[in-house]
Amino acid sequence: MAQAGHPEAAARFAADDARAHWHDQALWFVRLKRDRQARALPEWEALRACAEKIKAHTASRLADYLEEFERNATAAGAVVHWARDAEEHNRIVHGILAARGVTRLVKSKSMLTEECELNPYLEARGIEVVDTDLGERIVQLAHERPSHIVLPAIHKKKEEIGVLFHEQLGTAAGASDPAYLTEAARGHLREKFLAAQAGLTGVNFAVAETGGVVVCTNEGNADMGTSLPPIHIACMGVEKLVPRLADLGVFTRLLARSATGQPVTTYTSHFHGPMAGGELHVVVVDNGRSALLAAPPHRRALSCIRCGACMNTCPVFRRSGGYSYGAVIPGPIGSILSPARDPARHATLPFASSLCGSCSDVCPVRIDLHHQLLAWRGELVAQGRLPAGKRLAMKLASFVFRHPALYRLGGRVGRFLLRHLPRALLYGRWNAWGRQRELPPAPKKSFRELYGRDDG
Amino acid sequence: MDSRRAILEALRRAGAPAVPAPPHPAPIRYADPERQFAEALVAVGGRFFRAPDAAGLSAQLAGLEPFASARRMVSLVPGVGRSDLDLSQAADPHALEGLDYAVLPGELGVAENGAVWVAGDRLPLRGLFVVPQHLAIVVPAGALVHTMQDAYARISFSGRGFGVFVSGPSKTADIEQALVIGAHGARSCAVGMVG
Amino acid sequence: MPEVGLFIPCYVDQSYPQVGLAAVRLLQRHGVKLHYPRDQTCCGQPMANSGCDEETRPLAERFLRIFGRYEHVVAPSGSCVSMVRNHYARFLEGKPGFDHLRRNTFELCEYLVDVLGVERAGGRFPHRVGLHQSCHGLRELRLAQGSERVVAPFDKVRQLLASLDGITLVDLTRQDECCGFGGTFAVNEEAVSCMMGRDRIADHERAGAEVITGTDASCLMHLEGLIRRDRRPVKVMHVAELLAGAEG
Repeated sequence: MAQAGHPEAAARFAADDARAHWHDQALWFVRLKRDRQARALPEWEALRACAEKIKAHTASRLADYLEEFERNATAAGAVVHWARDAEEHNRIVHGILAARGVTRLVKSKSMLTEECELNPYLEARGIEVVDTDLGERIVQLAHERPSHIVLPAIHKKKEEIGVLFHEQLGTAAGASDPAYLTEAARGHLREKFLAAQAGLTGVNFAVAETGGVVVCTNEGNADMGTSLPPIHIACMGVEKLVPRLADLGVFTRLLARSATGQPVTTYTSHFHGPMAGGELHVVVVDNGRSALLAAPPHRRALSCIRCGACMNTCPVFRRSGGYSYGAVIPGPIGSILSPARDPARHATLPFASSLCGSCSDVCPVRIDLHHQLLAWRGELVAQGRLPAGKRLAMKLASFVFRHPALYRLGGRVGRFLLRHLPRALLYGRWNAWGRQRELPPAPKKSFRELYGRDDG
Repeated sequence: MDSRRAILEALRRAGAPAVPAPPHPAPIRYADPERQFAEALVAVGGRFFRAPDAAGLSAQLAGLEPFASARRMVSLVPGVGRSDLDLSQAADPHALEGLDYAVLPGELGVAENGAVWVAGDRLPLRGLFVVPQHLAIVVPAGALVHTMQDAYARISFSGRGFGVFVSGPSKTADIEQALVIGAHGARSCAVGMVG
Repeated sequence: MPEVGLFIPCYVDQSYPQVGLAAVRLLQRHGVKLHYPRDQTCCGQPMANSGCDEETRPLAERFLRIFGRYEHVVAPSGSCVSMVRNHYARFLEGKPGFDHLRRNTFELCEYLVDVLGVERAGGRFPHRVGLHQSCHGLRELRLAQGSERVVAPFDKVRQLLASLDGITLVDLTRQDECCGFGGTFAVNEEAVSCMMGRDRIADHERAGAEVITGTDASCLMHLEGLIRRDRRPVKVMHVAELLAGAEG
């Protein structure tokens, strides 16, 4: 059964009206930047369609392409590891670090390691883990999680970050200028980069044809973390693969435009093997992905390139905040991925959408997000996870709609009551509609009573 | 069963329907790619210079405050800037810390986004494009393509190798979406097209 | 002239009969011969959107039995039409007549523009009007381009409205954001739903709209509920009422 879920958390977020609107505006601003970049390319829709097909093609031969990737990556000097689940992933990463005596690790952004909860795993084993993306560092210092997959600290106001940095990095009290705070983080993190013994990155794309992994950042944190320490660990889900180097031409044109409204990320780095004298380890992770691929209605969710565009455009996400989803990946895509992992825990997420469909139309790989949300609702109902009262109401309504005489009678009685019951009763606690809204009008006659001419 | 086999078998069993690899769409063609490149570069926070030769570019870069005031500089481009550090002797990338300026060769400019392809095999230390405080990249004038699709058609990796597209200076907007230039990498990025 | 089965969604029948009557006037003005099958009730969308497929299936089957015989089916609701066109397949795929029904069920404005070839709605409406793009009409029926997509601009509803004499169509800051109705979403996620609705109303008011119009009385019901509670001056009017009323 669905426990307290998204509606309650969303209501709490929305209760601070000014803050919710501030959050809404910040993300809408990103959506507008995305629109400008998309419109700069007449071939935008063709690119999306192509990316969708490349992903579907890759998924249909994923095992073959992974083997090709492994061959080429190994030939280039990388070591490829395979992890069935989060625990194995964490064990492999820790094993590599422990065997080399690493106690200081710098990380660039990786939603996969968030999914696997790598940081606490390593910290419990005596390794200092420093997230180096500015947004991720902010939430790490605040002991929080990213509230958005591309903009991890989008929920925080600069004044709050100023206080955090004052307490933890020694910035001036009361200072909240973003340039000043960023400069402080630059200095603080440069020390961490210089002292690190290993760098860990996520992977935006892996190329079967060349055995390379590609990492995209704006800050250059992945590049700092893989240029200074000699050991680079790159963690990727199996779905990050593209067949050919040329396919990157399609995806690099879509990714940053969709994510932040930039024509491309500042740095798009291609790693084939380690730096001279160093090591490159690539950890390939399943953790539920093969199961998702085996579920036809949800297969396409595996095409996600983690741009976050569906969050920026989602009118519900913008007004309810990333944390309201209670999942590593929030928003429309998270509301599809999370129930696949734990339907009981995430049963309210597919309902946290007005099904407006904006997510499906911004998605650079054309995942049919809002249809998948609908499909999930059906599955959750089939699993018996819709609250009994709601299910009963639907059964009753369906029965009435199958019996026109009953429908006519029900309509007449309903409209009569709406017209004559005292307001206090109509707008009682039971009436969620009426909390902030007036009920619809209840005319004396229905359309069918007024339209008398033709029985068709 | 080992994890590798288990994962590959699970993926094969998943039975995703066969879909052929699609052709890529025809990308945009700019009327004036160099102008588009310059505009895109400025839009991402970079500076664009056009010069007939290395000497001409050096003269223009001299007008840039970070270049002019750089105390420690390295240049991998003959005739542009100077080298205060002998990179052939430096094996440890930590030697890059403290560099104020790096002048690097770029292979290819991309008109749609102002990015330049920097090939790792031209860099004695990989971090040269990101650790120094400021950056200039010198690209031959003819080496300009319209889009990333065109760029990847000109790039190849055989075996080991690193390469990076650099589009302007390092930046972040992680604090309230306010754009700040100079997050971790170069605080400024000049691209000189020469020839 | 085509013979049309008139599909009046249940909530329009019960709460907004004047919208149905306006749709009738509008279609008849353009020479359509209408049939109103009396056994119709609901297309099943509330059940389908709640994931209650078992409860939806008999309603989809009923709909096909009742409307399958008409050359065209027209409804003053983009959302209910999308239910038939885009979501019935999983209940009715392969059933005799379903393919015909799916291809010949139209939203009212879409029918006027695409099937009847109406270019000018005719009439006068000297007011400042904001067009609310209902999501299912917009993104599932493609009544307009949609702000997300990079395709040649078009907007079937706006085109009809713009042809009225004296009308001023206002420009919104967010041209096609959802109003937050979303069927059962309006109640399940009441807090966010109402915030979305108020934001839409504020956008229309900022643009100086006297009237908010749209293809779906459901979105308008939600917006009107907020407007009346908050005692805002702006009015809502279904596009059928606006177009039919603009005649004189």
